[in-house]
Amino acid sequence: MNSFQSPQFAAGGQANAILMGQAAEQPERVYRPLVESPRPQAGFPSPAADYVEQPLDLNELLVRNPPATFFARVCGYSLVDRAILNGDIVSVDRSIDPTFGKVVVATADGDIYIKELGKVNGRPALISRNEKHAHTYPPIILDEVQDYEIFGVVTGVVRTL
Amino acid sequence: MPLFALADVNNFYASCEKVFDPKLRGKPVVVLSNNDGCVVARSPEAKALGIGMAVPWHELKDGLPGVIALSSNYTLYADMSNRVMRILGDMVPAQEIYSIDETFLDLTGIKRPDELGHAMKARVAQWIGLPICVGMGSTKTRAKISNHVAKKQPQYGGVFDLETLTPPQEDALLTSIDVGEVWGVGSRIAKRLRGMAIETVKDLRDADPKVMQDQFSVVLERTVKELKGTSCLELEEVYPPKQQIMCSHSFGRDISEFQDLREALSTYTARACEKLRAQQHMAGAVYTFIHTNPFKKGPQLSRGITLPLGDQTDDTLTISKYVQNALRALYFPGYRYKKAGVMLMELRPKEMRQTALFDDPARLKKRDELNKALDTLNLEYGLGTVSFGVTKGRKNWKMRQLNKTPRYTTRWSDLMRVH
Repeated sequence: MNSFQSPQFAAGGQANAILMGQAAEQPERVYRPLVESPRPQAGFPSPAADYVEQPLDLNELLVRNPPATFFARVCGYSLVDRAILNGDIVSVDRSIDPTFGKVVVATADGDIYIKELGKVNGRPALISRNEKHAHTYPPIILDEVQDYEIFGVVTGVVRTL
Repeated sequence: MPLFALADVNNFYASCEKVFDPKLRGKPVVVLSNNDGCVVARSPEAKALGIGMAVPWHELKDGLPGVIALSSNYTLYADMSNRVMRILGDMVPAQEIYSIDETFLDLTGIKRPDELGHAMKARVAQWIGLPICVGMGSTKTRAKISNHVAKKQPQYGGVFDLETLTPPQEDALLTSIDVGEVWGVGSRIAKRLRGMAIETVKDLRDADPKVMQDQFSVVLERTVKELKGTSCLELEEVYPPKQQIMCSHSFGRDISEFQDLREALSTYTARACEKLRAQQHMAGAVYTFIHTNPFKKGPQLSRGITLPLGDQTDDTLTISKYVQNALRALYFPGYRYKKAGVMLMELRPKEMRQTALFDDPARLKKRDELNKALDTLNLEYGLGTVSFGVTKGRKNWKMRQLNKTPRYTTRWSDLMRVH
């Protein structure tokens, strides 16, 4: 970010998530390594001082492009064959171009779907992946709906057990 | 030659709502001010129905079936604003965030500014689903005029550069725009200008800066120079990004009660507002925070939140309301709080106040007088001699946000549901 100098950002570690523009409820955490100075003022220097690294951050895996990434909650079982289950949280990146075969979030006639972008008889469609209950989830042929939009491409799934 | 762009989001609040709820698309949507008082944003469909800005909602709702009225969801708007600003800021060398939905950008030296403008528009549309307009000019004031043209004249596709016109074309265009549309020319000044036969942007551009200084102020003189193409306002000059007023204290003893925090913050807000008025500024946002004592044992909490103020204001009562609303969002019982504070941000000189106010001028003037009296008393008899009462009626506040949409981007519990 070039000269992004909004005063909000000056608030630093106390800032709430809404300041940071990211979809996280908690304030962005500030990690302080256990050993900040290679030579503490008293006692022996820590043997780990040269090996301190940042803790793992799941955002690195899930959020490739923060301003374009949103999260959504999955309701239903239409993508169980793609290992996306009811109640999962998915990360959705709007900056990725949707191509056939990708799982996308899309709106069609006022409803919001998570489906695989595919083709039915050569026509673009939102396709469910649940072989056991295939009849429950017929494909949505996009040129048959009045109004649709591909919201974004699903890039990850978060599931707590 | 310098080149500035002003990018802003069309119908920002209403557009944010439409991103997350496809059922709103194509429908007339209005967003109401805090407490569901009056209309502060309208979707194009609502504008087409003739719904005006700042109209009290209770006057409208019965006559206009089918209009969807939403309570303002500033949490969502602030998050979407940060995304827009970040996307645009990454595309240019320098940026000044002017308001929740407007940003000035430095395009100096860029070879095809119109292409960049369209790229910005396309990127914001794809990445976050919001429509923007981009206006460009050799000064900030000219960029602002260009933005007006980009918004009002659809043939330009939302991107317009005043500097691409020939002088006669520019004259014709600026003749067609009312002088009141010029940045910094409020309705009062516009009225006086019209009395001097300065009715269009072209008239003002061709006015004598010296005369404008004599008759009005250095601010208007600068505006005229800027319209002529002499850049007087740097990116940060109007709105220094670091400028802020902070008022916070550690408490004598740890406190846990909501009521105590509320009183403390109320006092700090009053102090901060006094400082604000003393330096003749208005604030655009307020940051409120509370935290426990990190050096003591026990559960720890440190939370803060920024709320954009609906309009630039220096009014203690108005800002107090936002701070108290913030506290309600921040406060958790069962913690021992050590410190709390408020920080006023997005400060601008009072004379630069935007004219699109939703308050009636008489009421504002009364508030100004009230605040002035308060400051005088406190100056003479010591700080805190007179203060506003802490407003009661917590329940009322909540009740009046009847139709608030989920905080889709900041709460795990509020995520968009996909089927």
